[in-house]
Amino acid sequence: MFRHASRLLIRAAAGEGGAHGRTAAVAASRAFSSEVPAAPVQDTAFIEAWKKVAPNIEPPKTPLEFLKPRPPTPSTIPSKLTVNFVLPYQSEISSKEVDMVIIPATTGQMGVLPGHVATIAELKPGLLSVHEGTEVTKYFVSSGFAFIHANSFTDIVAIEAVPIDRIDPDLVQKGLTEFTQKLSSATTDLEKAEAQIGVDVHSAMNAALSG
Amino acid sequence: MAMAALRREGRRFLLSSNPSPVVARSAIFSEESSAPLGARGVSTQVVRNRMKSVRNIQKITKAMKMVAASKLRAVQVRTENSRGLWQPFTALLGDAPSVDVKKNVIITISSDKGLCGGINSTSVKISKSLFKVTSGPEKETKYVVLGEKGKVQLMRDSKNHIDMTISELQKNPLNFTQVSVLADDILKNVEYDALRIVYNKFQSVVQFLPTINTILSPEIVERESEAGGKLGDLDSYEIEGGETKAEILQNLAEFQFSCVLFNAALENACSELGARMSAMDSSSRNAGEMLDRLTLTYNRTRQASITTELTEIISGASALEG
Repeated sequence: MFRHASRLLIRAAAGEGGAHGRTAAVAASRAFSSEVPAAPVQDTAFIEAWKKVAPNIEPPKTPLEFLKPRPPTPSTIPSKLTVNFVLPYQSEISSKEVDMVIIPATTGQMGVLPGHVATIAELKPGLLSVHEGTEVTKYFVSSGFAFIHANSFTDIVAIEAVPIDRIDPDLVQKGLTEFTQKLSSATTDLEKAEAQIGVDVHSAMNAALSG
Repeated sequence: MAMAALRREGRRFLLSSNPSPVVARSAIFSEESSAPLGARGVSTQVVRNRMKSVRNIQKITKAMKMVAASKLRAVQVRTENSRGLWQPFTALLGDAPSVDVKKNVIITISSDKGLCGGINSTSVKISKSLFKVTSGPEKETKYVVLGEKGKVQLMRDSKNHIDMTISELQKNPLNFTQVSVLADDILKNVEYDALRIVYNKFQSVVQFLPTINTILSPEIVERESEAGGKLGDLDSYEIEGGETKAEILQNLAEFQFSCVLFNAALENACSELGARMSAMDSSSRNAGEMLDRLTLTYNRTRQASITTELTEIISGASALEG
């Protein structure tokens, strides 16, 4: 009997393709992802335009509906900074309250404290350190972007990040010499650019390990 | 699809066996040229063959379900880990699917393999409706299709509007480098004011929500931030590094596209596997039911022919005696 019930449920859900509000409501109560907000925000102009063109098809979802709402800018400077550090294959830090982060922007190491002015910063390969009380976690990040919002939320998106203690100093030295050699023997612009990038990353790693 | 064909065939067979058994037997006798088990074996042979093929199909679909389930477990973990990737961009730039731009590019993500339920049709339906929403005087909308199934469906009526098609995306497991190279390729070949990625977001194993993610080109971002509204406070953000704001916005748009495309591709892969699991599950259930019906028919036919033989023998014997 159970089997029949589950079969009917699967058939119903699969048949409708999951694009009905009814099943969406049912699914929201038992959704696997924890990020579905309580009150989904929708873009009304889009929904209206959609209904005019395709009244029988349920309008598709947009990312705003899945984003956890963020607090507005407070009037006083908060005491802690909320950091989100994401990588393509992992969310390294999500909504952690810290005292300070130092990010490797293209203009140099930048310290971010609560109440920092809203900034969009492009990152270069370098050291990222998260300061929470007395403990400091250091990562070496490849490039990415950092968004500092006015409500003391910081989003750091990077392509690769490794904790410092996982970098092998010998391999770094070897890589540095190899790429410096390639740079001096490079002929085409492309090769020069690739070798230059290699040299930059490895010297940054060197500096991160020592500094 | 295979199950529908089998169901039709099964029904056809059952219908043909409903009229009087004599007629049915002679009709079936003419179908089968060889009768290895005598007259008794003929009508049961056909049913037996059908039962064998249905049983094989049931085994195959069960195996496909197991394979999809095991693949789903791995991809689901990666998808949930990559979910944090698009959130910073939406938090910064908001989401403006109703933005009014001249050049739209709709990127439809679909699967390469079939037998995955209705998700590809849903994506194509949504893309076509989005095409209608974004079309208008002086506006131009183009498609970029990822995946064979979407390409086949869109080529049928929107062949002129397809700019690029990419297939065999999942030959190697999806990783960010591959997707950013792909994103680079797409950006080089299309002119766009707004990119709209259509994909199925993986909500749970039985539910997939069609979703549209909009990415604006740097010029449009500038225009919208000057106009106020959702992106109005973008101006209040200081720009660190780089020469000009335009350069940073350009890099930002490209990076956003790679990240969002990566997440979308993973979600779609997850949805595909989940849909395939439920499709194969219902397939095996249907095959099981069909097998039950065929078994009943088989037994009935077998018993009827035995009874008829016995009756003949007994009536012949009693005729000799009496």
